[in-house]
Amino acid sequence: MEFLAYLISGISLGSVYAIIALGYTMVYGIAKMLNFAHGDVIMVGGYISFCAMQSLGFSAFPSVLLAMLVCTMLGVVIEALAYKPLRSAAPLAVLITAIGVSNLLQNAAMLIWKAAPRVYTPVVSGSMQLFDGKLKVSYISLLTIAACLVIMAALMLFTGKTRIGKAMRACAEDRGAAELMGINVNATVSLTFAIGSGLAAIAGVLLCSFSGTLMPTTGSMPGIKAFTAAVFGGIGSIPGAFLGGLLLGVIESLAQAYITSTMANSIVFCVLIAVLLVRPAGLLGKYVPEKV
Amino acid sequence: MEQKKKSTSGRMKKLLRGDGLTYFAVTAAFLVMTLLNQNGMLKRSVAGLLVPICCYMSLAVSLNLTVGILGELSLGHAGFMCVGAFSAVVVSGYFSELVPNPAFRLAAAMIAGAVCAAVIGVLVGMPVLKLHGDYLAIVTLAFGQIIKEVVGCLFVGYDSKGMHMVLNLRGGKTLEDLHLQEGGTAIIKGAQGAVGTETIATFTAGFVLVILTLVVVLNLMHSRHGRAIMALRDNLVAAESVGINTTRYKLKAFVLSAALAGAAGALYGLNYSSLQSAKFDFNTSILILVFVVLGGLGNIRGSLISAAALTVLPELLREFDQYWKLVYALVLIAVMLASNNQHVKSTVDRLRSRFRLKKEAA
Repeated sequence: MEFLAYLISGISLGSVYAIIALGYTMVYGIAKMLNFAHGDVIMVGGYISFCAMQSLGFSAFPSVLLAMLVCTMLGVVIEALAYKPLRSAAPLAVLITAIGVSNLLQNAAMLIWKAAPRVYTPVVSGSMQLFDGKLKVSYISLLTIAACLVIMAALMLFTGKTRIGKAMRACAEDRGAAELMGINVNATVSLTFAIGSGLAAIAGVLLCSFSGTLMPTTGSMPGIKAFTAAVFGGIGSIPGAFLGGLLLGVIESLAQAYITSTMANSIVFCVLIAVLLVRPAGLLGKYVPEKV
Repeated sequence: MEQKKKSTSGRMKKLLRGDGLTYFAVTAAFLVMTLLNQNGMLKRSVAGLLVPICCYMSLAVSLNLTVGILGELSLGHAGFMCVGAFSAVVVSGYFSELVPNPAFRLAAAMIAGAVCAAVIGVLVGMPVLKLHGDYLAIVTLAFGQIIKEVVGCLFVGYDSKGMHMVLNLRGGKTLEDLHLQEGGTAIIKGAQGAVGTETIATFTAGFVLVILTLVVVLNLMHSRHGRAIMALRDNLVAAESVGINTTRYKLKAFVLSAALAGAAGALYGLNYSSLQSAKFDFNTSILILVFVVLGGLGNIRGSLISAAALTVLPELLREFDQYWKLVYALVLIAVMLASNNQHVKSTVDRLRSRFRLKKEAA
């Protein structure tokens, strides 16, 4: 029973990672850049929803919507100001710019909301008792898992069936060819950033509800973990990000419970390294051999 | 024949002029800073930065070896720095009575730091260097995190019986678990880190470290091995097809870079009386990467300049008070945007060519 409890908490933690990783992987697939500022957009989403609930007195649902709106706009603005001018620059230059943006967001948050951690009231409280109260499952974990499944299904449908989604996939495959086919690459990239940042806002709300605290550096570790999850599943692949995130959460939760409380992250990273050595392109990634 | 010889020696001269200038500038900067420091003309805060600047310069040059010259992105350089720092602290603590001379002890500690980091570099590099690009980057990031966490759970101490070491896996262990005898000393105390380290690092040692790093990296670049490594960066398949052993040369560059980072970490670790492994996190790796990218990939002199400038910059930005970090981030973004902007590039090129014309006319 204890095992089941750890498993469920692992799955819900993994669902948060998966939602973040979905945003990461979409942006990576299309812009071919590691967006290190993604984790900090999560933090901004957390703060916006926090302020909406505490200061403006909004209820849970509108504050999540507000957070999504603000983060989506933030993502598009960041892309337009910082990443678009570097479209043809070396990948490392874009990486450093992303790190600059990440620092900027963190320090701006520190000035606006101060460095001290805030207590975050979960958007959904209470828990479900199963097996005569032997197993307690909080509603927030159920909500997280459900949200993750819905988002993943929606994204699969969107990229697979709709016209814009297909344009996105075409841009990810070959940007030059997509442009020749009449796809507006700039608009597609902006849209991808918008979707990724909107997802980050949802992830931020769920993450903060899960952990109960919020501070300007809240996003950085989950950001790195989600990046790991995306690579784990094969970066650029949507089901891969989902699977990677879920596995990462479960491994972390179980390792923390049964092996080590101090080095759970190390176990996660060890598994990642082992997987990459066997499957160099991640679990579901396509291995593309270099053609000469 | 005669002409060919002349052109080769001319190229040698040109190369040496470039390298010679780097050595000269570093030496001159060292002498000036030492003079200023001895006459008390440096602010305390800046004087305290002298040793870290040397460490960061050396770290930037060593990371440039991996990122700029080998062409593989590494996000875990701080991990090697961490290994170097803590092994140096242990060596320095253990030999504190045996070798009272701090200069000898510092040298021994730095060598130990370099060797330990090199060993870890081999362990990490062997499996990892099969991967490419972003996959390699994430694995180096993972190793950096693992090293940081493992060192953060380590208890090390010594007594008359020798060294004692305990790994705090379940979080319940304390200093007692080291079972030190009467008169024993604990050197590394888990998450608390190394506390009460004798600070034996000096600016002169930092200068020697930078010069040694430069000698190693610059000579490597001009050697057969260095050319092989650069060929891997420029075109892996072509390099392989002319018979360059890719794994061997990749590993060589990676381990060398790790060893140099270990030595720099050793000096860094012995510069502070209290040091936690949390210092060597992802942000520190990124900081060093920023030095390398801003200085220019494969440009050693650029790494030195940007490492020094970006370490001093926060000190200068203090006048912005609480906004300095914000300004720092903005400066970083602005520099990246400007240096990749076509207009700025063409303006710089035009100015440069005009300058050259004037020089030739004179």
